[in-house]
Amino acid sequence: MHLSPDWIRAAIGGALIGISATLMLAFNGRVTGISGIVGGVVHPSPGDVAWRALFLVGLVLGGLAVYAVTPAAFAAPAVKLGTAALAGVFVGVGTRLGNGCTSGHGVCGLSRFSVRSLVATLTFITTGAVTVALTGGAR
Amino acid sequence: MSDAERNHRGQLAVSLASGAVFGVGLAVSGMTRPEKVRGFLDFLGRWDPSLAFVMGGAVLVHTVAFWRITKRRSPVFASRFGIPTRRDIDARLVVGAALFGIGWGLGGFCPGPGVTSLVGGAPPVVAFVLAMVASLAVTARIESAR
Repeated sequence: MHLSPDWIRAAIGGALIGISATLMLAFNGRVTGISGIVGGVVHPSPGDVAWRALFLVGLVLGGLAVYAVTPAAFAAPAVKLGTAALAGVFVGVGTRLGNGCTSGHGVCGLSRFSVRSLVATLTFITTGAVTVALTGGAR
Repeated sequence: MSDAERNHRGQLAVSLASGAVFGVGLAVSGMTRPEKVRGFLDFLGRWDPSLAFVMGGAVLVHTVAFWRITKRRSPVFASRFGIPTRRDIDARLVVGAALFGIGWGLGGFCPGPGVTSLVGGAPPVVAFVLAMVASLAVTARIESAR
């Protein structure tokens, strides 16, 4: 095991994500699940698109703000273009079928003690770990 | 301005703000560095558990908030809370989560960090996001056609 000292940044970033989900719940009454928010933009129902689009604009603007100060906070995946696209297909199909991703299940679902989200979270961490082990581990 | 109009505008403003805070959180946390994410998933190798603090921090904050907020009659800018209520564990949930995990491990990105990382403009990130968006759309179309 190798606990990187930037666990403090991880915790601060995590707390900000929790605050973001809390704003969305307290003011708009909604769950902050990114795959669901993206899904509702690409497969829209009338009158339910603008808030999603604005959330995604905010997501990029937030990233841009950090990028302006510390570009090193971002890195490209160490995989070829085709592998990155294949990963995208698995993530897109999987989150749609499973009704959520790390935010919808892992953050919002676990916070309301949802058993469905607990099952989903344990499942995607397990298959993620198996995939990393089968593809040579982290560099 | 009518109440409905005021609520609508409020919702849009909060969505933008919530997205921005989320994006800053992801970038600060390390989730936008895919090899670090793969390190978190590398239980059998050089496991770096630091990213567990992302989910830990988020769940800690949001658990306290969730149970307080949902005691209220309604959210500020809407008439009711829209919170998932399903409790059944079906094959679709497990298969979907399993597929998502494979993609997460393969590329080191889940949906949020993928979108946020578009600011770096790296070709693999763009490829990941385009493929994710396209497959979300195709899967949704197939589902609604059934």
